[in-house]
Amino acid sequence: MIKIVTRMEAVFENACSTAGRALTLGADSIRALGDVRRRKAEIINQAFRATYGSLPVTILTALFSGMILAIQTGVELQKYGQEAQIGYVVAASMCREMGPVMTAIALAGLMGSSYAAELGTMKVSEEIDALQVMSIDPIRYLVMPRVVALVSASVALTIMVNIIGIVGGALVGRSNFGISFDVYFTKAQEILKFRDIWVGLLKATCFALSTAIVGCNEGLATSQGAAGVGRSTQKTVVLSFILILVLDHLINWFVILIGALGGETA
Amino acid sequence: MSLEPTIRSGPADEGLQPSMNLQCTTPGDPIIQIVDLHKSFGAKPVLRGMTLDVLRGETLCVIGGSGTGKSVTLKHIVGLLRPDRGTVRICGTDIFGSGNGQLSEIRKKIGFLFQGAALLNSLNVFENIALPLREHERPPEEEIRRQVTEKLELVHLGDAAEKMPDELSGGMKKRVGLARAIIRNPEIILYDEPTAGLDPIISTTINDLVLDLQEKLKVTSLVVTHDMSSVFRIADRIALLYEGRVHKVGTPEDFKKSDDTKIQRFIYGESEGPLKRDAAK
Repeated sequence: MIKIVTRMEAVFENACSTAGRALTLGADSIRALGDVRRRKAEIINQAFRATYGSLPVTILTALFSGMILAIQTGVELQKYGQEAQIGYVVAASMCREMGPVMTAIALAGLMGSSYAAELGTMKVSEEIDALQVMSIDPIRYLVMPRVVALVSASVALTIMVNIIGIVGGALVGRSNFGISFDVYFTKAQEILKFRDIWVGLLKATCFALSTAIVGCNEGLATSQGAAGVGRSTQKTVVLSFILILVLDHLINWFVILIGALGGETA
Repeated sequence: MSLEPTIRSGPADEGLQPSMNLQCTTPGDPIIQIVDLHKSFGAKPVLRGMTLDVLRGETLCVIGGSGTGKSVTLKHIVGLLRPDRGTVRICGTDIFGSGNGQLSEIRKKIGFLFQGAALLNSLNVFENIALPLREHERPPEEEIRRQVTEKLELVHLGDAAEKMPDELSGGMKKRVGLARAIIRNPEIILYDEPTAGLDPIISTTINDLVLDLQEKLKVTSLVVTHDMSSVFRIADRIALLYEGRVHKVGTPEDFKKSDDTKIQRFIYGESEGPLKRDAAK
């Protein structure tokens, strides 16, 4: 029993310490935003890497998400003769939930883990120490450009994923349920409000921010050689996935709350 | 256990005091003062009251068994580690009482050659050496090119500017690391095992470079090493680190003539004795 309590204490202490370090790193990265102009070449390079590197995965994920969504809802709606409403369901689901979450999961797997591995390798090979000895701030030089780049890439990719997902739904609507593109896209336009778009993009921003901070934080905290780099990478993916879901729930709750205050429903 | 210092952000100039004076120009003055330095990692004490002065213009070699805290000492001198007790002064300025700006100013005076050279793998040789200039002084591109070429020639690597670090041999990496360490014309160069893992011929080249830089740049050098042939080739003075303290400081001649068993066993590499027992603890 004492062993279990001691173990739980250690886990709790470790979690608090990780969260503390990540929050400090997040605050320091925000403070470093003044260097954006100076680091623009690196930001563009990192944003290109994140966007271009994620394109095949995100395009396929988006297309199939839209198609699966359309086929599953179409089958149910058809029972009530309402298959024409597929456009409603796919457009709303993609923009509010599926688009930002799918993009964030792809970026966490591809870029979050890559940040942890890169910075972790730099840490164990003393490159981070070398930067500090040269009075080059690793947060301004390495972390901030990655954070800004991932947030920008995430917003751009989410918009693209939303569009591809909706198009995927249209293809299934037409081929499986005989719904014309005209009807599908008119329904999609009817359901989408400006709020759906900005909430989706707010989610994309928050998810990317958390993934970039977690990846960089784990990378900078790496120790014990190659095995340590592996552990940091693994921890980044797990933590990022959990954070994406937790943040998604919190943002939904927040949006419902302000919607209720404004007299709207979610 | 706090193996690594917290990485905190701060602009290089933050907290810089214009009146700060780091001048200590008289040869023979202590430029680095290590005072009663204590450092433990978890329950394991590494430094237990290390005290040592490094004099301006000399080459001091710190020797000692593995795990006696030689590299840890170097990391304290540049503020990468914070001691549990004690301090380090550079030209009389306590580096642990310094703000970001002052620490940055102190680090400007120090070049550090890491054991594995610690070159940034994403940058080629030229960009690695130019990095401190681009980040701090930001001179015109022509001036950067001139300075980098000059330093590359100083380490006999004039034709390696466009190579990536993974195209270099161990000895070449160390020479590039050295060129990067001296690009801002430091007053102090710290060497962490400069000849570790190199064959005897390349080791001699690196030793000659240390002597060459000493002669041309008039720097103060602190060299941490196991390599006794290097020590006797380059050292003005030697410090033997034993059980986290300085056991003896003296000239190479003093060390050769000493009948202290700890010194003799280390110099001649005898496997039995207090140093071996210390390493096994």
